[in-house]
Amino acid sequence: MFPFSFEWAWDMGHMVFMGGLWYALSIIGLGMTYCLIMAAVDTAKGKGSH
Amino acid sequence: MDSALIPEGVKRCSFGKFAIWLVIVGAVLLWGVFAMLLCWFKGLNQTNMNDAYGFALWIWADLAVIALGGGAFFTGLLRYVFGKDELKNILNYAVLIGFICYSSALLILAIDVGQPLRAWFIFWHANVHSMLTEVAFCLSCYFAVLTIEYIPLILENRQIDRVPFFHNLSHNMHGIMVIFAATGAFLSFFHQGSLGGTPAVLFGRPFAYREGVLIWPWTFFLFTWSAAACGPCFTILITWITEKISGKKLVKQEVIRLLAKIAGWMLATYVVAKIIDTWYWAAVTAPSKGFGIMDFYADNPVYGIWILILEVGICGVIPAIILITKTGRKYSFLLILAVFLAVLGVCLNRWVMVLQVMAVPVLTFETWFMYFPSWQELATTILPVAYGIILIMISYRYLPIFPQERQMEEEKHVSIFV
Repeated sequence: MFPFSFEWAWDMGHMVFMGGLWYALSIIGLGMTYCLIMAAVDTAKGKGSH
Repeated sequence: MDSALIPEGVKRCSFGKFAIWLVIVGAVLLWGVFAMLLCWFKGLNQTNMNDAYGFALWIWADLAVIALGGGAFFTGLLRYVFGKDELKNILNYAVLIGFICYSSALLILAIDVGQPLRAWFIFWHANVHSMLTEVAFCLSCYFAVLTIEYIPLILENRQIDRVPFFHNLSHNMHGIMVIFAATGAFLSFFHQGSLGGTPAVLFGRPFAYREGVLIWPWTFFLFTWSAAACGPCFTILITWITEKISGKKLVKQEVIRLLAKIAGWMLATYVVAKIIDTWYWAAVTAPSKGFGIMDFYADNPVYGIWILILEVGICGVIPAIILITKTGRKYSFLLILAVFLAVLGVCLNRWVMVLQVMAVPVLTFETWFMYFPSWQELATTILPVAYGIILIMISYRYLPIFPQERQMEEEKHVSIFV
């Protein structure tokens, strides 16, 4: 999973598989981080108060 | 008692009736949990799996729920990427069903893995030459996407939505949902495909082996295709069952018909591809390995040629014809029959590609391997069904799953008094 795992090799298989995994995880992680930060900013601005 | 939590403008049954049903289905759930704990604490000797059946009932259930949960990614793709805006009225339910299916699939794998404490090895020490590694990666990531798609629904609960932060979070998540939907479609394409590719690369098992393009056998594409076709059919079927149980219409017929039409064309093209694949396998691939087609459908008590006719003909061609014709979609009975057959067909396809593959003898001195699951396997396969029913009950009661429900109830109310 990480280059410091003992079985890691810089070959095509690892780059495609792990590249795909980290690509998906990055989108999910960055997307949720953006949503949480924007929600905090909007709340601080007083939006969404009923 | 819980009326403050129920969405505004809709009617739900009394809390007592709801609680009674929750207890009844909960008892089934507990039976499954008991069997699951037996498997975890005593080991896989609680199952009837053996040297011939390393994949058993669980893996069939796993593949079936993953295919049926395909309605979430495909409906999301149609709504967010292809702009079929009308589908927003059924998308919430498709997401909920997808969430149930994928969490069930992961639960089944957690039982099947034998040593759950080492489940993380598949990520940390990944075998990059295995299609199942890709399945594990994509399943986990896509489950995260489905959770992200389900969270805004929870946040839209009447009481939770009053909290400004949660209201804003839900609003912002909706704002970039197209990115999550596109990621979900990307992940689904690969894990549905790899599940199909796994049996088809077994060149030692001519019943499953298929040729293909580059590293992908044809079944890679057929599995993704069938999930995109039959997943929406399952969403329609569950919506219809929910409407029957609740005693009211929840989604307008135009929306159901649009989704049915798209699913129908997906199913029709899939069936054509499946027939070509089956013909090529029977006429070229299997004979090249020394087998005739009837070697796979004779000399055993269960698997006759009927299973192929049922899967491709009755549960493939017939529903496809019904769903692509306007007349077929017009009559509710025909439409529901078609989606039921399509759902049955995809479950049967996964059964054939998992269990019949294991049953067929490969060596000349072997006979058919028959298998019947233990009660622990049955209980843990029924467990996700009970869990799904409970989650649907709770979500339907407390969350605004059906955007058209309130409007339809008001229209019904007006029509009574006009």
